[in-house]
Amino acid sequence: MSTKQDDYPDLHKVLILTQRPRRPGPLSASLTLGWRALLKIKYVPEQLFDVTAFPVIFLLMFTYLFGGAIAGSTGEYLDFVLPGILVMSVTMITMYTGMDLNKDIQKGIFDRLRTLPFWRPAALVGALLVDAVRYLLASTIMITLGYILGFRPGNGFGGLALGVLLLLIFAFSLSWIWTFLSLVVRTEKALMGISMLILFPLTFLSSVLVDTSTMPEWLQSIVDVNPITLVVDAVRGWVHGTVTNQEIYTVLIVSLGIIVVFAPLTMYKYRNKN
Amino acid sequence: MSKSNVSDDFAIEAVNLVKKFGDLRVVDGISLKVPRGSIYGFLGPNGAGKTTTIKMLATLLRPDEGSARVMGFDLTNDANHVRQCISLTGQFASVDEDLSGLENLILIARLVGFSRKGALSRAKDLLKAFDLEDAAKRQVKKYSGGMRRRIDIAASIVTSPDLLFLDEPTTGLDPRSRNQVWDIIRALVRNGTTVFLTTQYLEEADQLADRIGVIDHGKLIAEGTSKELKASVGAGRLTVHMNTVEDLAKARRILQEMTDDQVEIDERLLRLVVHIANHIDAATAISRLVTENLQISDFSMGQPSLDEVFLTLTGKTTGQSESNEEVSNVDQAG
Repeated sequence: MSTKQDDYPDLHKVLILTQRPRRPGPLSASLTLGWRALLKIKYVPEQLFDVTAFPVIFLLMFTYLFGGAIAGSTGEYLDFVLPGILVMSVTMITMYTGMDLNKDIQKGIFDRLRTLPFWRPAALVGALLVDAVRYLLASTIMITLGYILGFRPGNGFGGLALGVLLLLIFAFSLSWIWTFLSLVVRTEKALMGISMLILFPLTFLSSVLVDTSTMPEWLQSIVDVNPITLVVDAVRGWVHGTVTNQEIYTVLIVSLGIIVVFAPLTMYKYRNKN
Repeated sequence: MSKSNVSDDFAIEAVNLVKKFGDLRVVDGISLKVPRGSIYGFLGPNGAGKTTTIKMLATLLRPDEGSARVMGFDLTNDANHVRQCISLTGQFASVDEDLSGLENLILIARLVGFSRKGALSRAKDLLKAFDLEDAAKRQVKKYSGGMRRRIDIAASIVTSPDLLFLDEPTTGLDPRSRNQVWDIIRALVRNGTTVFLTTQYLEEADQLADRIGVIDHGKLIAEGTSKELKASVGAGRLTVHMNTVEDLAKARRILQEMTDDQVEIDERLLRLVVHIANHIDAATAISRLVTENLQISDFSMGQPSLDEVFLTLTGKTTGQSESNEEVSNVDQAG
C-alpha cells in the first residue's frame, strides 16, 4: 500500500496554478451554459422531436380537422389558425425548460454549478437562451410547412418575423414559471402533470383555434383575459397587418410582469434549495 | 489564494452550526476547526449529518444557527468569496453525465473565468494528469466507477482550490480505484490544498486524515487524531482460525491467559477472536501458539470497525454491519 507518486506524474503540474482567472461576466457565463444545453442536443437529437414533429402534427391535424367546419375551407382557416398553432406549440414546449432543470437538480451537477462563483441566474438564462433557439426552430418548421400548404401572411414576412419575436419574448417569460415550479415540485412526473394542468385549459380556452366572438359571453370574458389569447391576437394581428400598439404593449407588459414575479422567486428558490 | 486572509490559520472555523429540516435537527450544534494544509476526516454512518454539514460549509445550505469562517471569509455574509476558494465533489457524480469528460472540464473552466483557449488547454492538462486522456471524448455516463470519481475530482480542481470538500470520495469503489483516489488526495495536500472529506470507513479516515471528527445524529461525538480515537475505542482485534477442534480449545486457553477480556470462540468456523492492544502483543500471541505446535490455518489483525467505534462512543451500533477492515492478513500454508 505504498504511495506511488509516479501514478499521476502530471498531477503536480496541474496543481501549481498560481493565479485564478477573473470570474466570468454574466453574458459569458450564460452563453457557456447555453453551450452545455446545445451539447445535450448533440448527444440526444431525439429531444428535438417536440419542436419538430409536434408542431407539424398540430398544424396538419387542426387545419384539416376544423378547416371546413369553422372557416368554410381549409385554405382560409390556415391563414387564421397558423399564428394560433404557432403560439400553442411554442407555449407547450416551454415546459421542457422546467423539466430539464428538474433533472439537473436530482443529479450532482446542480450542486457543482451552485458552488462556482459565476453570476447565478446564468444557469437559467443560458438554458432559456437555447430554448429560444428551439422555439425559433419550431416556428420556422411550422411556417415553412404552412407556406407549402398555402399560408400567405397578409403583412408579408416582416410582420411574421416580428410576430415570432413577440412570441419568443412571451415564451421566455413563461419559462420562468416552469423553472420556478421545477424547484418547488419534487419529481419530473409531478412537474409534467402540473404543467399540463395549467397549459391545456390555457391554450384551448383562448383564441388559438376559433374566433372568440362566437362564444357565450361569460366564457368570452374569461378567454379575453387569458394571456394566450392576448399573445395570439397580437401575433395574428402582426401576421395579417391588423395589429394595434395596445395589443403589442399588453403582451410586453404581461411578459414583463411574469418575469418580474417569477424570476426573483426562481432565483430565491435556486439559492436556497436544500 | 490571493484574496483569502492569510493570517488566518484555519481553513474552516465553525461554531455551533445547526440545520433543521422541519423539526429534525439534522446538524445539531457542530463546532470544528480545520488547520490549513491538513486533511480532516468526517466519520459517521448514513444519515448522521455529514453531507448536510458539508453543504453548509460549501455555501449550498444556509445554517439555521451558528456561524463559520471558511478560508477566512464569513460563510453567510461573504459567500461569493468563499466560493472562489473552495470546491466541492459531491457524493454523487457532480459532473454532467451526458457530456464527455473534456466537455465537462471545459464547461467548468469557462464558468470559473478561463478564456476559450485557456479552458481547452486546462481541460486537456487535467485529463492527462488524471489519466483520462483516452476517455476524453466519451460521455461520462459510460465511465467506470473509478474513472468517474477521477473526473469528479478533476472537475473540482480546475482552479486549484484552497479548500476541497470531498463527500464520500471512495464509497462504492474497488480497492484499486480507491487507492488511486487516495493517492490523488495525498498529492493535493502536498501541494497545499486543505481537504475536508466525509467517509463511512474508519480505515479511510485512518489512512488519510490528520484529524478525525466522529458524527452521529448531527452531533460531533468525538474528535482527535486517528491514534487518539483508536485508543479511546480500545484494542484492535486478533482473529485466529485453527485447523482442528482440539487445537481450538488449547489455543483459547493460551490466548485467555494473555487478556482480561473474554476470548470469543466460534466452534463451527474454528475461529477465535481476541481484543488485543497492538501488533507486538498480537505477534507474541501467535508465536506462543506456534511454539505449542498448534495448527493455525489463518490469522488476521483487524482495526476496530466503525461499528465498534460507535458502540464505544455511543453505546449503540450504527445499524449497519460493517465488517472488520483488515490491515494485515497472513495466510499460513498448512
